Amino acid sequence: MSYLELTSDLVARARRQGADEAECVVREGSQFSVNVRLGEVDQVKDSGSKAIGLRVLSGSRAASTFSSDFSGKGLDVLVKSAIETVRFTSEDPFNDLPEAEQLGVATDPAALRLHHDDVLALTAEQKIEMARTAEAAALEADPRITNSEGGDFRSGWSRWTLANSRGFGGEYSSTHCSLSAVPVAESNGSKERDYWYSVSLDAAGLESPEDVGRRAAERALRRLHSTKVATTEVPVIFEPRVAGSLLGHIFQAASGDAVYRHASFFADKLGEKVAGDNITVVDDGLRPGGLGSSPFDDEGVASRRTTIIEDGVLRSYLLNSYSARKLGLETTGNASRGLAGSPGIGPGNFMLQPGDASPADIIASVDRGLYVTELIGYGVNLVTGDYSRGAVGLWIEKGELTYAVSEVTIGGNLKEMFKQIDMIGSDLDYRSVFVAPTLKVRCMTVAGK
Amino acid sequence: MSFIQTRYNLTETDLEKYLGEALFKGGDYADLYFEYLSSTSASLDESIIKSASQGVSVGCGVRVISGEKTGYAYTNDLAPEKLIHAARTAAQIAAGPTTAKVAGLEEPQGNQNLYPVVLAPSDVEFSQKVALLRAADEAARAYDERVFQVEASYRDSVRHVLIANSESVIRSDTQPLTRMDVSVIAREGERLERGHDGTGGRVGLDYFQTERTPQDLAHEAARQAVLQIGAEEAPAGEMPVVLGPGWPGILLHEAVGHGLEADFNRKQVSAFSGLIGRKVASELCTVIDDGHIPSRRGSLNVDDEGASTGRAVLIENGILKGYLQDRLSSRILGTPPTGNGRRQSYKHIPMPRMTNTFMLPGEDDPQDILRSVVRGLYCVNFGGGQVDITSGKFVFSASESYLIEGGHVTRPVRGATLIGNGPDVLTKVSRVGHDLKLDRGIGTCGKEGQSVPVGVGIPTIKVDQLTVGGTNVLRSASTFQD
Repeated sequence: MSYLELTSDLVARARRQGADEAECVVREGSQFSVNVRLGEVDQVKDSGSKAIGLRVLSGSRAASTFSSDFSGKGLDVLVKSAIETVRFTSEDPFNDLPEAEQLGVATDPAALRLHHDDVLALTAEQKIEMARTAEAAALEADPRITNSEGGDFRSGWSRWTLANSRGFGGEYSSTHCSLSAVPVAESNGSKERDYWYSVSLDAAGLESPEDVGRRAAERALRRLHSTKVATTEVPVIFEPRVAGSLLGHIFQAASGDAVYRHASFFADKLGEKVAGDNITVVDDGLRPGGLGSSPFDDEGVASRRTTIIEDGVLRSYLLNSYSARKLGLETTGNASRGLAGSPGIGPGNFMLQPGDASPADIIASVDRGLYVTELIGYGVNLVTGDYSRGAVGLWIEKGELTYAVSEVTIGGNLKEMFKQIDMIGSDLDYRSVFVAPTLKVRCMTVAGK
Repeated sequence: MSFIQTRYNLTETDLEKYLGEALFKGGDYADLYFEYLSSTSASLDESIIKSASQGVSVGCGVRVISGEKTGYAYTNDLAPEKLIHAARTAAQIAAGPTTAKVAGLEEPQGNQNLYPVVLAPSDVEFSQKVALLRAADEAARAYDERVFQVEASYRDSVRHVLIANSESVIRSDTQPLTRMDVSVIAREGERLERGHDGTGGRVGLDYFQTERTPQDLAHEAARQAVLQIGAEEAPAGEMPVVLGPGWPGILLHEAVGHGLEADFNRKQVSAFSGLIGRKVASELCTVIDDGHIPSRRGSLNVDDEGASTGRAVLIENGILKGYLQDRLSSRILGTPPTGNGRRQSYKHIPMPRMTNTFMLPGEDDPQDILRSVVRGLYCVNFGGGQVDITSGKFVFSASESYLIEGGHVTRPVRGATLIGNGPDVLTKVSRVGHDLKLDRGIGTCGKEGQSVPVGVGIPTIKVDQLTVGGTNVLRSASTFQD
């Protein structure tokens, strides 16, 4: 029996045993990873697994079960305990599957280019060699690269199957691979680590191992001899990798689940100005080859492209069918679920519309300020917008990057920060589902000495 | 016979055969980690039970070590041919004659039980779990009229493990883990603020009747949310910081704990590499990792490599004494294992991890410590934290903190972030209180993509100088001298 048949069958069984509606998912996948350290293979992992999840509705009560046991007995328990558990949840008139007309597949999965045979064709030896080459390039880049946490290559394949009692049945498979290097630079008592990575759904889309290693080494070297700066208020530039995290906060704030609970500073702000005129943010679930692309969301609703912020005005939230009903809106096809629990909300490819400045122009525009290359810690409050995170980067003096800075925090309030982005780079970075270019925020508190 | 052996009809002869397959290409060591994890969860939001879930995850991970290399494979199908396939996949790492010999598995004597749960949470009716959530919701809403959103969640799991290795050791354990969390949003006018509390451990449901009740959690979460409404912006700059007892122990976890994990040190990539025997903290500081405390979230009878857990002294009177070891690191470094080999699940390779990490109490009265600060910050609750192992820089976010002015705790502040340098921060500890407390059992530590439950603890301590990342520059560095 195929998984499409299996999931449909379990949906039917759940209904026969008393569920009014049901939804069943199977995730199957394999993964390979290798770490090469100082030229020697350190770890190799090679495996596969599968698991199944079932969600049932009884009236307007919902419950779910999951299992990795696909035996007849295991599947019996899966269905039976879902029916048993649903007695303990509350009636909730907003609980339902999406309406039949909302269900569907946006496009032929092949058109999204999610599955690539070139990843599956790589041999273990080739994967090990890429990890080895990336690390070697980092180690050879400079005599101050004295150590390494290694080069890593990872690849995988997964298939997601979903069926529900409103007649939806669909599945798609995707591949992914990534390559990274983590060198350690050392000089006169200063020791710093950084990394660089490339990720793609196809092997051909990866940066070369040499480039990955060299970029990683450059990044570790430029962090050497870092210092704290005095507490001050200055412009802060986010390089694309960290600018993506700001986009992540926009995603969280626009997430329907947070909005209907008023746990977001975007609640009640549809149609209002939440960012500068220069800010347009789009969630595109259909970008071919995109890390966040899919033909349908995790409730079987067709994926799509949704404008979230247009010229600074909040145009749409990201919604699954539950949060849409709560807010009196239509789902945006952003349901995201694991095996257990109710669907949450996930991004497609969440992208900031690029500007036309080059990163060099943006740096040149700053007389005194901080260029941030890494953020650590979790000091973000989506209820209030308060923002304070540990930062690592380079100090800007008269439009030039100068010495390394660490052990400082950058602070502000996201509500203000989104309105103070006064330069936007043209250099979109596609290595995450949060796709951002270099960004400059006019003024933030840098706390140090 | 252990649960897993009985359920899957795995004899010792079978296990020896799989270990033999794992070593068919050579290698020094092999082990099998079988896991049967059953879990339930339920959540409340807007005063109704919105979700309830239960499920089972089963699998086996096979590891082969050859020199310093590790090969790993797993399967969630425990049929003999799948186990043999996983074993032969992991085996590919090795080449040449094996030094290991598989014969006669034996269970070591003296098995401890740190978490004798009378009634496993998995055997308790769902209705009782859901009742906890309703009680919390009611108590939070009754606490203050400004409380307007309450979310509560409950989750429990029972993990059965069976570990067998090529050194003839076979061990099994049954590990319960239970927790409950309450999140509150309070509103006054336009101002919204969040509060949170949680608790749990390797305990049964009775814990929530006798130790900390849903009402306790609800009141604490609501108190924090309401308090934050009146809080002003945190100061920015360097200043003395007093940490309250308990959960602020995540300072130890982030600032020194991770840097003392042996994998980073055998690779010489930690800020603490090569510092054994050296002074890394003020002589007031003694830091312990103890996986052996009854019922704690971070405790284990046996670690995930089958080694007994115990008490490791990491820092004694300021001197760095040792690292947290897993099997591979202890063998390479030639030091005794400490029972800190842990993994998230059968899908993961074990590595050195903390269990319950805390500082021993000192002699100071906590009130005296606060009185010694002219201007500074008093942090009593934290959100999360993170550390860069190599540079030693750490960051964590205070969720409840106050200004100290003239030796008195005065106004609450919001959004304070502490940033510092691991090898440096404990050298600046000038006072240690007598009030050691362990946290309430909500810590989850992430490392290289693997999450494991941990505990932390600390008495009230004073750090003479730490960078506080707030947004209020006016009240910064120069005015905050002790």
